[in-house]
Amino acid sequence: MAELSQQTLWMLAVRDKRDRQAFSAMFDHFAPRLKGMIMRSGIAAHQAEEIVQDVMLTVWRKASMFDPHRAQVSAWIYQIARNRQIDMVRKERRPEPEDLIEDPGAELDASQILALEQEATELKNALSRLSGEQREMIEKAYLGELTHQEISTQTGLPLGTIKSRIRLGLERLRHELKGIR
Amino acid sequence: MSAITHHTPDAMLAAYAAGSLPQPFALVVASHVSLCVHCRVALEAHHSAGGAVLETVDQVAVSGNLKAYLLARLDTPFTPQPVVKRSGIFPGPVMEAMKGRAPRWKALGAGVRQDILMASNAGSVRLLYIPAGQAVPDHSHGGLELTLVLQGSFTDETGAFGIGDLEVADEDLDHTPVAGPGEACICLAATDAPLRFNSLIPRLLQPLFRI
Ligand SMILES: [Zn+2]
Repeated sequence: MAELSQQTLWMLAVRDKRDRQAFSAMFDHFAPRLKGMIMRSGIAAHQAEEIVQDVMLTVWRKASMFDPHRAQVSAWIYQIARNRQIDMVRKERRPEPEDLIEDPGAELDASQILALEQEATELKNALSRLSGEQREMIEKAYLGELTHQEISTQTGLPLGTIKSRIRLGLERLRHELKGIR
Repeated sequence: MSAITHHTPDAMLAAYAAGSLPQPFALVVASHVSLCVHCRVALEAHHSAGGAVLETVDQVAVSGNLKAYLLARLDTPFTPQPVVKRSGIFPGPVMEAMKGRAPRWKALGAGVRQDILMASNAGSVRLLYIPAGQAVPDHSHGGLELTLVLQGSFTDETGAFGIGDLEVADEDLDHTPVAGPGEACICLAATDAPLRFNSLIPRLLQPLFRI
């Protein structure tokens, strides 16, 4: 387990042991990034901090929903952040897909988690290798600044390999997937 | 069970992940993802891309007391929002939009029924019930129309759609969906503009039924 990323170890400690020190470390890492991301949408610093607080509180409260086999910590927090920002700024609840819940007794599969982390790191590296303009477009797309008509699927981010890894992570939930195709 | 063959376009999934997809379409996409592993995987991949953006975005320092204030709130009791579960053919997000109730069908004539779940400036979402073999009046639309099959099937000029399939019809498509044989076809349909029916009578009825 020692090879897992610091972020995953923090999040598992929060999820399984309600570890406040780990949560505090996560806050130090993510809060300035969340504030930066939220302010990019033109939200004032004061309200951005309210949203940051709400996102991190949601991370604490919904920690049991975190499944490192199919989402790395940053992806999970990104999703929470987009939801909370919409709920709080637009005052409407964004419809969300049904949750798939892992059997709480299931053992961690470190090799799956590691492989997913590796793909996520690749994705981050790919993003930083892009030209300024391409990167700007991707940031705009994921910060909600583009409509779906404006989002080109040829963004230059290779999502193919991470998809096959996520699919393996989802297959752990065979029981949950019964009613799904 | 047949496999889903018509999926959410990738750009639409990315916009849904980012929160820029209009609410009516977001409900259809969330419902399709609830039924479709393929699109759930793709959506989670977009979350990963969003996570990469979050990791690399320009940071802005937070106020010194924000963390202490948050840590003090961790023990505040809270009631989790109740999760509305799937019921029969209706996925969780649809049940949530119906506030847990059964559909309240309103007759539109010729056995076709609808239940409007959401209608605003951003567009509308409704459930449609079309008896087996029945055609939905030939219509084109001012904007985009998403249709997700929940029961039965339909075919139109572009292909055949079964349970879980998502049709994306843009304003250029002038189509006549026909419900397949067997069970009545029940769909979740969203538009970002009012529908315009091509035949005279439905057009007259349009203001009355909001179709
Ligand atoms: Zn799909």
